[in-house]
Amino acid sequence: MTLAEMKEGEIAQIVRVGGSGAIKQRMMDMGIIAGSELKVERYAPLMDPIQIRIKSYSLALRVAEGKLIEVITGING
Amino acid sequence: MKKIAIAGNPNSGKTCLFNLLTGSMQRVGNYPGVTVELVSGEAKFGDEKVEIIDLPGTYSLNAYSQEEVVARNFIVDEKPDIIINVIDVSNLERNLYLTAQLIELEVPIILALNMVDVAEKKGLQIDIEQLSQVMGVKAVFTAANKRRGIDELKAVSLAVLEQPTKPHRLSYSHELQNVLPPLKKVIENHAEFCGHFPSRWVAVKLLEDDGVLLKKLNDNNNFAPINAALKIAKQQLRHHSNEESTTAVVEARYAFAGGVVRQTVKEPLISNRMLTDIIDRVVCQRFFGPLFLGLIVYLLFLFVFKCADDLTWIPVSFSFNEWVSPTGLCQLSFDALGNLANQYITLPWLRSLVADGIIGGVGGVMSFVPLIFFMFLFLSVLEDSGYIARVAFILDRVLRIFGLQGKSILAMIVSGGFGAGGCAVPGVMATRTLRDEKDRLITILVAPFMNCGAKMPVYAMLIAAFFVNSRGLIMLVLWLLSWCFALGAAWVLRKTIFKGEQTPFVMELPVYHLPTLRGILTDTWNRTWMYIKKAATIILAINIIIWALMYYPRYEPTAEDVATKQVQAKQLQYSFAGRLGTALTPLSQFAGFDWRENIALVGGFAAKEVVLGTLGTAYAMENVDADNSQSLSERLAVDPDWDRLKAFVFLVFIMAYAPCFVTIAAIKKETGKWRWAIFSTVYSTTLAFVVAVLIYQVGLLLF
Repeated sequence: MTLAEMKEGEIAQIVRVGGSGAIKQRMMDMGIIAGSELKVERYAPLMDPIQIRIKSYSLALRVAEGKLIEVITGING
Repeated sequence: MKKIAIAGNPNSGKTCLFNLLTGSMQRVGNYPGVTVELVSGEAKFGDEKVEIIDLPGTYSLNAYSQEEVVARNFIVDEKPDIIINVIDVSNLERNLYLTAQLIELEVPIILALNMVDVAEKKGLQIDIEQLSQVMGVKAVFTAANKRRGIDELKAVSLAVLEQPTKPHRLSYSHELQNVLPPLKKVIENHAEFCGHFPSRWVAVKLLEDDGVLLKKLNDNNNFAPINAALKIAKQQLRHHSNEESTTAVVEARYAFAGGVVRQTVKEPLISNRMLTDIIDRVVCQRFFGPLFLGLIVYLLFLFVFKCADDLTWIPVSFSFNEWVSPTGLCQLSFDALGNLANQYITLPWLRSLVADGIIGGVGGVMSFVPLIFFMFLFLSVLEDSGYIARVAFILDRVLRIFGLQGKSILAMIVSGGFGAGGCAVPGVMATRTLRDEKDRLITILVAPFMNCGAKMPVYAMLIAAFFVNSRGLIMLVLWLLSWCFALGAAWVLRKTIFKGEQTPFVMELPVYHLPTLRGILTDTWNRTWMYIKKAATIILAINIIIWALMYYPRYEPTAEDVATKQVQAKQLQYSFAGRLGTALTPLSQFAGFDWRENIALVGGFAAKEVVLGTLGTAYAMENVDADNSQSLSERLAVDPDWDRLKAFVFLVFIMAYAPCFVTIAAIKKETGKWRWAIFSTVYSTTLAFVVAVLIYQVGLLLF
């Protein structure tokens, strides 16, 4: 599944970051890379963008970008 | 003089450290919140005088944003003797990702492990000796906001200046290490391709698809061998590790950062976001978030107008029985100056120049300094606290409908988006945080529609004349209209000139923090000072020119003119400005403007405040029985040529037509092209005219 399908409060691990060019580079620069764990903190009032917690900080990114991030949930049980 | 550059992530406390090191010896004024131009200052490290440069805060050194290109070009071209890399220890790993890129640039680095006071309380323990050893760089604990570690940082800097250290080379993944040497070799054969950049860095950056370097590569056929080598390297990488080269490079850096963290952090941080999380739960919440934003806007209005204008809290006599508001104080002082000039200057043209052109014109602008000051004060608090990022988060989806994005909101608010005044000049500059060129250009082109502080005096005058009983309603309408103009124009621009997909919106939501009084006041003062400088330079110059255009050529009054007290009006109509205004009437009459309004509006190209002064001169003495003490708004209220419709059309036109000269200059500077500055002027004036004609003609039919 992708980040965009996750619910508020869910935790997952990043499997792959898709996309290309500026979008991909920017996401990776901010620490969105395979193997990292993230948590969906909340969705904005109009359900877009998404606020996520990754490592020790919070990021906002759009649903369109969330769709490029493949994740698996439930690793930690 | 030795050069020391300061680099680091946004929100790492970089600017705070810079201010501490340089004290009051900064040379270039700067727009706080968005560290834009390269600000430098001098400092004394022991007996050594050094120059310190504050680089833009960045997460990375790629070619995708202006700020990152500026930072890396500075590092390479100016070759600073040391780079102090400010690191927020509570986000150690991501901060070290930038450090990895500085190491790649092969420059001497000192790490300032900042905000250590907060982190230690949360249990964080870093083995700084170990960190130094692992990376081959000197490191110092600092807490810039508490002035901790500054002396040590200076001492270490001196030691490194004396005996430069070189950080250990970054070791990449095995696969990457294999493909780098051959590529690097080909690059070294083309010295002109590298320029000042280290060849290994160039090789890594090419594997990362760096836009600037790729463009250089494709623009010149001589570099074809590099291109071929790059293709082979990428193929090999994909073959061996089944990975894109771009991903491989980023992952290698994060592996390095992660490795350093594992080796040096003895006790991890217990989250420092407890309080931030609680606040976010309210201010970003689906229902309360927008409500809270509304409350903030309301408070801003209240605060700014109460402090600057409504409340009389400054004593003007020693017995403390007379009090005025800050705005009132400004007006009082300039009125007094004007009286002095009228009293003591005997030469008629000089008296007119000083009293009307200089004191009258600049005074009108200066009386808005208090309003601007309190507005920037409130904004600085919002920016420094971290709340503006939340505003962007809440509004991104809405703004995107119109072709803007969440981060555009900062530029809009600074330009006057809250409706309580602002300035498009810092607004245009605040767009530097937008990474995408199209988003940035659209924001730059629509931000001047906001109701900036310069439009306020004109609004105030016309509202006092025609809409006294519905002041609040008209202000609300004007505020809504400004957003309609901006969003509508943005929507059209996105559909036409700036077609294409929208860009990444990945934004950090930083930890909230209580802004320091010192920081806030410095910010506010810098911005207010910009406004004052504008008034004292450009607006003064334009006022003098306009005064001359209205004063010359001189009209010989006839006896009849004197009898009917028409001298001044006849003079004005006879002057250069009057002729220009008259020449424009065939067009402007469709919007209901006559030659006097035309002159004022032409003057307004320089600065919107000028409209007020020019109208004042044009209508002075118009009425035969005019009483000298009558204000402009009182005059217009009884003038047969004016009514509510005309006043409203005039208001709308002033809101939307061309940005002032200073803004146009800022647009030119920020976009690098006169094309956009001219386009901005032409399209907004056309739009304003069309809308003004529409309202006027429809209004004539209805009333």
